[in-house]
Amino acid sequence: MKKNKQKKLKINRRELLAGSASLGAIALSSKVGYSKETNQNNLPPNVPEWTGELGEGVDANPYGTPSEFENNVIRRNVEWLTASTESSVNFTPIQDLEGIVTPNGLCFERHHGGVSIINPKDYRLMINGLVDREMIFTLDDLKRFPQTNKFYFLECAANGGMEWKGSQLNGCQYTFGMVHNVQYTGVKLSDLILETGLKPKAQWVLAEGSDSSGMTRSIPIEKILDDCMIAWAMNGEALRSEQGYPARLVVPGWEGNMWIKWLRRLEFGDMPYMTREETSKYTDLLPDGKARMFTWVMDAKSVVTSPSPEKSILYRGIHQLRGLAWSGRGKIKRVDVSLDGGKNWQTAKLHDPVMSKSLARFTLPFEWNGQELLVQSRAIDETNYVQPTIHELQKLRGVNSIYHNNSIATWKVNKDGTLDNVRLG
Amino acid sequence: MFALVKKSLIFFVLLSIPNLIVADERKFNLGKIATKTEIAGWDIDVRPDGLGAPIGNGSAIKGEEVYAEQCASCHGDFGEGLDRWPELVGGEDSLDTHDPVKTTGSYWPYASTMYDYIYRAMPFGVAQSLTHDETYQVVAYLLYMNEIIDEDFVLNDKNIGKIKMPNVEGFLMPDPRPDIANVNGNPCMQNCNTPTKIIGKARDIDVTPEEEKS
Repeated sequence: MKKNKQKKLKINRRELLAGSASLGAIALSSKVGYSKETNQNNLPPNVPEWTGELGEGVDANPYGTPSEFENNVIRRNVEWLTASTESSVNFTPIQDLEGIVTPNGLCFERHHGGVSIINPKDYRLMINGLVDREMIFTLDDLKRFPQTNKFYFLECAANGGMEWKGSQLNGCQYTFGMVHNVQYTGVKLSDLILETGLKPKAQWVLAEGSDSSGMTRSIPIEKILDDCMIAWAMNGEALRSEQGYPARLVVPGWEGNMWIKWLRRLEFGDMPYMTREETSKYTDLLPDGKARMFTWVMDAKSVVTSPSPEKSILYRGIHQLRGLAWSGRGKIKRVDVSLDGGKNWQTAKLHDPVMSKSLARFTLPFEWNGQELLVQSRAIDETNYVQPTIHELQKLRGVNSIYHNNSIATWKVNKDGTLDNVRLG
Repeated sequence: MFALVKKSLIFFVLLSIPNLIVADERKFNLGKIATKTEIAGWDIDVRPDGLGAPIGNGSAIKGEEVYAEQCASCHGDFGEGLDRWPELVGGEDSLDTHDPVKTTGSYWPYASTMYDYIYRAMPFGVAQSLTHDETYQVVAYLLYMNEIIDEDFVLNDKNIGKIKMPNVEGFLMPDPRPDIANVNGNPCMQNCNTPTKIIGKARDIDVTPEEEKS
């Protein structure tokens, strides 16, 4: 009898907890999940409350979701950046992630006309222009081609774009979070064109999305035949709608805007198409008023994800500094870390696997005893390119380029363990 | 009997020859041949040389009305851009200043891109709803507002590839990167000569979305 009563009480309490958890979920943007206080009753030598009862059975959650205590690990946007959320961007919470794989639900989003919802039965890929046979493929057709599985990073060309003139956003997520890294499953375009044939004059491909922005970019044929693919899966499951379900283009190492989502058409031609996104946008304005065009490759870059403005140092003593590095030109060869603003550097540990055009994870142990630090990281890729300082880039490109800011960031560790995004000069 | 064998042989040959050819050329025999009608519905891009421009025409005089109805609520009556929606007019001589204004007039290198983009993506949220004539009219209106054509100029599929935009020479190719000096893989490691004075803090700019720290 007493036992039953106890159980009932517990259930009620659990319901209450669930209720408050969902309230918490509504107020996600202002609440931090795991800042809840420690309950001494759950600590040794006591028996924790979850031990004395059964947990939920299988199928309580047929598609698993993260623990409720991780509900602060979410994509975030900067509202003042754009006029509408349908043509906007949010950021991957890289400060909260480990390893090199970005979970699908946390991959940053960049849409120009909102997220299209497409029934895969209604999906068609058209290939036309300078090919021997103009053709249409269904999604099932694409899945019957030889398959390829590859990890690649995808970075928006404007990642860090708000930081050209100075340190503006106080967060690792907001300044470096327009990047994600997943394993893609799909068909290489070099296999696909075995079916359509290719006319000798075909030098460019126009890739076109079927979303409300009809996103289009021109891509040179050499890149198309080298390593581009059409992907229908990421990290082992179908693409998420916001990443182009049911099929997107993958353009390894090149700016994210070219990775056309909801891909509906590839047109082969003999000159670039000069679409809005490669003329009006995604061109890099220089101080003399001229602009660089077709700057596709994402140069080597790295960032310390912890400690960072979102990841304060909470304890004195040993810590594991961690970060991410990547290069659109190949593999990361080395990452150096400085704790004194770039005067002295030590080489961090690179963790396996280090793959071409994929995020690489680095760590470095360090001691903190309440002193101020200026934390930086510097990537070197297999072409021996060294990640530059912002001053080097400014000297060459001014401050109005918007795109391709791959410079070294500085996090200042304050005496209280909080961190600031700062500019040195 | 012979006749039947012969007939069926011919039938077999007729069937198999194209099959053989197709199998030979198409490695996997997947997908289907697209019809001209199917392609026409989706092949909407317009190139700088005018290739792909659909038959149609429009002038700025007619375009003013379409613009007022379809575009002005976001881009403003004069293309000045409301809220954070893009400016479409003006900005000449601003590209080399601290505050560059990139509009169709000051920045866009090709009129074809205006047609292509407006037809495929505008009005925002009602994509591909303008007729071809309406699209020519709106493009003509914007070109007129940017003082590139006269108000009675009739823009059409034949001449859209010939419009000379003010900033057509404003773009540099090919990509000169890696443009930095340090490509030797061997940067300074100790006592490096680099400025370490703090000259700016994001916290002071105070535009970061508010949130409790973890």
